Amino acid sequence: MQKLVLGVVFIPLLGAAINGLFCWKTRRKAHWIAVPAIAIPAVLAFMILLRVMKGERFDHVLYWWIALGGLKIPVGFLVDELSAMMMSMVTFIATWIHIYSIGYMDHEDDISYARYFTYLNLFVFFMLILVAANNYLLMFVGWEGVGLCSYLLIGYWYEKISAANAGMKAFITNRIGDFGFTIALFLIYKHLGSLIFHDVFALAHELSVPLATLITLLLFMGATGKSAQIPLYVWLPDAMEGPTPVSSLIHAATMVTAGVYMIARSHALFNVAPFTMEVVAVVGAATAMFAASMALVNNDLKRVLAFSTVSQLGYMFVGVGVGAYAAGIFHLFTHAFFKGLMFLCAGSVMHALHGELDMQKMGGLINKMKITGITFIIGALAIAGVPPLAGFWSKDSILHHAFVSGHKVVWFIGTVTAGMTAFYMFRLIFLTFFGEPRDKHLYEHAHENPPVMTIPLIVLAVGSVLAGLLALAPNGGFEGFINRIMRTAHEMVTHGAEHAGGHESGLALIIISVAVAVMGIFLAYSMYIKRVPDPVTMAQRFRPIYLVLYNRYWVDELYFALFINPTVGISRHVLWKIVDVLIIDGIVNGVAGLCSLIGSVVRRIQTGYIPDYAWLVIIGVVIVCGLKILL
Amino acid sequence: MEMTLTYLIGIITFAIGAFGVLIRKNAIVMFICIELMLNGANIIFMGVSKFKGLIEGQVIVLFIMAVAAAEAAIGMAIITAFYRRRGGVEVDKADLMRW
Repeated sequence: MQKLVLGVVFIPLLGAAINGLFCWKTRRKAHWIAVPAIAIPAVLAFMILLRVMKGERFDHVLYWWIALGGLKIPVGFLVDELSAMMMSMVTFIATWIHIYSIGYMDHEDDISYARYFTYLNLFVFFMLILVAANNYLLMFVGWEGVGLCSYLLIGYWYEKISAANAGMKAFITNRIGDFGFTIALFLIYKHLGSLIFHDVFALAHELSVPLATLITLLLFMGATGKSAQIPLYVWLPDAMEGPTPVSSLIHAATMVTAGVYMIARSHALFNVAPFTMEVVAVVGAATAMFAASMALVNNDLKRVLAFSTVSQLGYMFVGVGVGAYAAGIFHLFTHAFFKGLMFLCAGSVMHALHGELDMQKMGGLINKMKITGITFIIGALAIAGVPPLAGFWSKDSILHHAFVSGHKVVWFIGTVTAGMTAFYMFRLIFLTFFGEPRDKHLYEHAHENPPVMTIPLIVLAVGSVLAGLLALAPNGGFEGFINRIMRTAHEMVTHGAEHAGGHESGLALIIISVAVAVMGIFLAYSMYIKRVPDPVTMAQRFRPIYLVLYNRYWVDELYFALFINPTVGISRHVLWKIVDVLIIDGIVNGVAGLCSLIGSVVRRIQTGYIPDYAWLVIIGVVIVCGLKILL
Repeated sequence: MEMTLTYLIGIITFAIGAFGVLIRKNAIVMFICIELMLNGANIIFMGVSKFKGLIEGQVIVLFIMAVAAAEAAIGMAIITAFYRRRGGVEVDKADLMRW
């Protein structure tokens, strides 16, 4: 088991090292190293998963990383149901995205090509560290590492100023969340004396409720940064500046779900703090609705998907917030398939249209790109929650748990959001793949992509169809599997479910949410195919609302006005012009000036004439010897 | 008496050498004076070695002679080069290394 775990975690690092150190050798062939470096771990991770299913677990310290007095931090890995599932999911999705990247990145020059695969492998390594760590600090290493790779890959086309800025925005926004995360780690260590999961969770119930609330709120702050929730979601739409497979892997399927994983992993802490749970659920629901509303009117193919990701992450937080950790993780799992798939489809469209992202210029592409179109529709049906596709099972599980645990408002918001999700996804499809081509020139040049890009689409589409059926597996299905490590939380939820009338209401809830989703699809159909009501006149009639949504509530502008411009202003006018120029430079230059002043006086002694030096030597010798004799 | 005389000869030789270095401007003369100083020191070393029965004094004298030989070779080379550039061996012609 240990060999398997080490193989899964470190083979991607090996791949990154080879491509990173020898990129001038590997060049065009970088993928021959990068793809096996993920595919082999994917197989190994699946073997681990099979063993875990049989009840095997692994919690092993490799070595003590930091041992200072009472502070003992190991490098160790924990493999249980949750992390085994995450490892398999991450490596599986990553393998297909690596393969897809071979086709997608073929316009890059040789060194950039190797650089891309280096970063991608490195990302997978850090993601696996994040999910496999057995203590908070090692998890934080992975947490920061994926943030770093995200920064590098968003800014992959660093010559483009918008890409470089988007990378910085993602990094700095994450810093704010990480600030909370690190404070939480300090508090945990101070009050529980350890950062190892096993010890922390065993002692969690000894924390007082206010303290636990503070710790979990700070942890959640970290999660809002990494998983793009209100108020720190702003970086994710801009992160679409990166290559599309990166958006798919990092900003849809894996990294952004790290916050959800972290909360599910820390469930023992969160169970002690009911207030935080409410906050998580409310923030999740608010984000889901808020992001979905912005996706309704956006015309940028990838940004719609980005808002959709933010919205779906909101669902996951609703799941973990109402105590249904397994449901949240289940949605994480299914979302990785269908959102990863849709991003890859968007990339496929972009690739065919030479980087065009504006949906207003597309249309009718299904005639040219059958595979991309059909797989995209499968993904959209899955996210809309049409049975029996993946999204239906996980989303309904979350909504069901929200309803029966008494969060009626959250349930209502979630259901409305489900309708909005169906609407904007099918708006996207109808604008992109159906109707009349609006830009004939682009349309003429469109073509289906080579199999290296379409096969990953097909695989993930099959995953999007079938992943949800895991809910029907024996012993409680997917959620039962995850709940094996969350017995207490699970009981809490089931107890609540019985209290609220349980399974009779379940069917009604399913019918409602499916009906809402189907309504969303039909509305999109009538508006964007039949043009009844015509979207343009609608936008005219509800112009204020349209403008608010189109400009994304001016949140970016608000942040600029409130935080960024003052910070930049203070930095420029106070920190730079006064603190740096006057004080710091003043000290440095002052010291140098003093030295040169002394020197200008003392250098007179250096006459350059040998006899003078000889005299000085003799005088010196006489003085020293004289002192020696006299004293 | 013999001991004092030996030391005295050494000290006088050294002092003459030092005096020469201080007052003369001609680099070659200064150079000869430096040799005088070294030999003054050598005499004292030999005296100490003889009268105190210490073999180390003789060892050091051999060292000094070897070093003096090397120094003479380099020193003469420098003086020759200096003469070629400046047309003289007066040390006050070497004034580039001043402030």
